[in-house]
Amino acid sequence: MIIDILSWILLLGGGLLGIIGGIGMHWFPDVYSRQHAAGTTDTLCAMLILLGLALQAGFSLVTFKLALIFIFLLFTNPTASHALANAAMQGGLRPQLERTAGGDNP
Amino acid sequence: MIEVFIDIILLSFIAVTAVAILRMTNLFAIIMLFGIFSFLSASLFAVMDAVDVAFTEAAVGAGISTVLMLATIALTKTQKEKVSVSHRHWLPLSVVIVTGAVLVYGTLDLPAFGDPEAPAQTHVAPYYIDKAVEETGLPNMVTSVLASYRGFDTLGEVVVVFTAGVAVLLLLGGKHRISDTGTNEIEKNEHSLILRVVAKFLIPLIIVFALYVQFHGDFGPGGGFQAGVILSAAIILYTLVFGLDAAERVIPPSILRILASLGVLIYTGVGIVTILLGGNYLNYSVLGDSKVAGQHLGILLVELGVGIAVFAVLLVIFLTFAGRGRP
Repeated sequence: MIIDILSWILLLGGGLLGIIGGIGMHWFPDVYSRQHAAGTTDTLCAMLILLGLALQAGFSLVTFKLALIFIFLLFTNPTASHALANAAMQGGLRPQLERTAGGDNP
Repeated sequence: MIEVFIDIILLSFIAVTAVAILRMTNLFAIIMLFGIFSFLSASLFAVMDAVDVAFTEAAVGAGISTVLMLATIALTKTQKEKVSVSHRHWLPLSVVIVTGAVLVYGTLDLPAFGDPEAPAQTHVAPYYIDKAVEETGLPNMVTSVLASYRGFDTLGEVVVVFTAGVAVLLLLGGKHRISDTGTNEIEKNEHSLILRVVAKFLIPLIIVFALYVQFHGDFGPGGGFQAGVILSAAIILYTLVFGLDAAERVIPPSILRILASLGVLIYTGVGIVTILLGGNYLNYSVLGDSKVAGQHLGILLVELGVGIAVFAVLLVIFLTFAGRGRP
């Protein structure tokens, strides 16, 4: 029962973070801040959902596979964000450091 | 109820993606959308309980195709030219609308999804469901149908993959290469330490996973096609991070060509061996002491052939594309 509640808290928390990340993607003004929204929230969002699913599954082979996906995401997600930001930097895209007067950022 | 809801959401996402692909002119974004399209289809297959198909779609459609298309636009250009339409093309539009209406009308006669009375469910499917596990000893029915009952079809598929590889080699391979460089994105990037370390950590894991998929195909979703794709993805990752020359030192293209032929040869060879042992072509029952053991061995060998062929062909295609802009 307690495990069930805990897993649902984790699942809902993960889902909430996913939605926040999606909003951030549209809200932020340039590539790098959007990366921040997508990268950081996505990593934690996937982690929380996987943890929640692992608690739902109990201790079995499924849990082990979920743990493997967990490790895989733990390494690939931040690396992908890093590679993307790096590619944008090398491609000559400068971060937008100040609020532009007539920009579309709220 | 919840499945219908998920189906509707996924299908509408697919429709939105398709429209977005049509309306965009940036080829890079279009390729990314193609990847999303494949991934949505894979999710749809997974919801429909076709896990093997979903796995293949995710690996081939969303994974490798995206990389191959990216390698292609690295050689050409990233922007589609705007075609200015001066007058409306009423004739093509009406043809499309009429064809679409006929097709929609045709779907009205189709049996409902999962209808037990549908022709697809009444023909050979009950036989497979009843006998497949008993006759081949494999818990995963999809693999026994794919590699044994329909082994001839799968042989055709492998030959198609092989032919694609040969065609790419004939068109783009060979020694003469374009001399003006600068188009080759894969070669010039100096990648950061983080990328190199993570790639070194991940590549062995991907290879182990590919082997798991290859040999676990008898028992769960997986098999030669998916394993070959995943294995070539590992090498493609290596190529992207460490460069083309390093990758060609790891797996020389000449060996890849031999491997591609070897995969098809294993598949056809198993068929020849079954004839020599007195069976029909690709009837594995004669391979072992008992029928079930023979089927098991045959399916294992055939899947291995598929895996090797798919791995080698995809890598040949990628390396040929990537090596195109090199001096």
